[in-house]
Amino acid sequence: MSLDLKVLGNTAENHAPQGGCSAGSCGSTDDQLSHLPESVRQRVFNHPCYSEQAHHHFARMHVAVAPACNIQCNYCNRKYDCANESRPGVVSELLTPKQAVKKTMAVAANIPQMTVLGIAGPGDPLANPNRTFTTFRKLSEQAPDIKLCVSTNGLALPDYADELTKHNIDHVTITMNCIDPEIGAKIYPWIYWENKRIRGAEGARILIERQQRGLEMLVERDILVKVNSVMIPGVNDMHLAEVSRIVKQKGAFLHNVMPLIAEAEHGTYFGLMGQRGPTPPELQALQDECSGDMNMMRHCRQCRADAVGLLGEDRGAEFTMDKIEEMEIDYPAAMERRKKLHDAIHAELNANGNQHTNLTSDGGIPEGTRPILMAVASQGGGLVNQHFGHAKEFLIYEASPSGVRFISHRKTDLYCTGGDTCGDGDSILREIIQALEGCEVVLCSKIGYEPWELLEEAGIQPNGEHAMVKIEEAVWSVYSEMHKAGKLAEKKVRLQASA
Amino acid sequence: MALAIIDKCVNCHACQMVCPTGSIRKGKNDLHFMINQDTCTECEGSYDNPQCSSICPVECAIVDGDGEPMNPYGSLTGLPIEKAVLV
Repeated sequence: MSLDLKVLGNTAENHAPQGGCSAGSCGSTDDQLSHLPESVRQRVFNHPCYSEQAHHHFARMHVAVAPACNIQCNYCNRKYDCANESRPGVVSELLTPKQAVKKTMAVAANIPQMTVLGIAGPGDPLANPNRTFTTFRKLSEQAPDIKLCVSTNGLALPDYADELTKHNIDHVTITMNCIDPEIGAKIYPWIYWENKRIRGAEGARILIERQQRGLEMLVERDILVKVNSVMIPGVNDMHLAEVSRIVKQKGAFLHNVMPLIAEAEHGTYFGLMGQRGPTPPELQALQDECSGDMNMMRHCRQCRADAVGLLGEDRGAEFTMDKIEEMEIDYPAAMERRKKLHDAIHAELNANGNQHTNLTSDGGIPEGTRPILMAVASQGGGLVNQHFGHAKEFLIYEASPSGVRFISHRKTDLYCTGGDTCGDGDSILREIIQALEGCEVVLCSKIGYEPWELLEEAGIQPNGEHAMVKIEEAVWSVYSEMHKAGKLAEKKVRLQASA
Repeated sequence: MALAIIDKCVNCHACQMVCPTGSIRKGKNDLHFMINQDTCTECEGSYDNPQCSSICPVECAIVDGDGEPMNPYGSLTGLPIEKAVLV
């Protein structure tokens, strides 16, 4: 049986590589870049953080050269430093600009897929202008094949808009959590501004004004701007659709709504005060709400400020300063190797793009049939090809009468450690089931009896019948089967009760 | 008349960048930034408030001549004191 399914979001002409996917969450179903003007897509298609498909092929790294900050956020604890934590603002080793340049070139030589170097903290890069711009200047000179980007809270941004145009930088991320100072006062307890600590709504007002001015100035200078927002339930969740509308109007090309990370043990204000993060369905609902106004980003992994490697992996431990000091780097030779690899990846992406015919709907499922979410265990290649117990994250897809689209990834703790008995993972299993809230089906290559039963009890149907099948085809096939079996006519009571 | 940095400092460099007298340094063997007691003016004549303690993100990391914290527990995070001491 040949499957025809409509692929959403691929309406723009495909000059930049389309489709093609060497790992899990394939962009071909919902390439958030496809709505962008061609000129913008050409600039970001090989940026792992901006392009859902590029993140399978290209790697990024952050160098932690910028320790100082000029504001305080309630989701940040400036003391935090833990090698086992993966979240923004966390860093293990502060580097001097000279060390950062050496580290970047060492990584570029050893991980030729690395195309992008970002400075994202652990403080605010623009509150450390000397360290940040020295690093950028040296890298522009010594490693011109590396793209540079920077992430900022925006307070100092208008002061450095011109400086940012001087280096190899064409992407800037501004974290903007609100446009209302009263809401801002609940997120930012203070800013340091014109030699004073300014608290509450007044500080937030200045910050918001500077963020918006900075956004406009960068857009005027043809620098691409992505806006990050942290979704904080009860604080700014009802407000972010408006933020999305405003920042798009001002010229941001992408909006990335990220969930608040707030565990008590992180020692942040929100963590200690019991502020919860959003549930996956809440995050998805907000992202969907914002996507009417804005190109949304759904594959952000919320990387550490010193992350190294492909998104979702961190190879930082291979590149600590003591190891790097001993490395001899022949960068001109590395640049040749890098170019060959990048050309090959581009060729592969283009080839896949050409194969990626626009599948049309088989018309088998009437409009108005309810959409459902499915979780997929995949270790790459765009296939259902991972054992349930080995999945560290699940890719969430939505099937609806109009087709299949990638929604997000959800992290879980690995419950099967490979020993003879995986049975002690009962509580972890329950956490996984919680992480899969809202999903009605789990697709995987194999699954054990115990998780099967627990998933069924939780109203999530395990399915191991599509091992090694393309994810979109598998999802569509299951959706069609559910339709034929009359399961899509039923409302999912359990989900509604828990939402 | 001088302020001092104590071991709650997280070495974020912020104070060093805003000190008008260049009194803040971290020596090779120092575990944290230090204020030169001979040159620190507490910003008198330069600013209304000492700059280091106006940007420092860590409560109780900078103390005055009497050892009293410039930013007591709870003053920067807004946390109740019993929680602020845990940060």
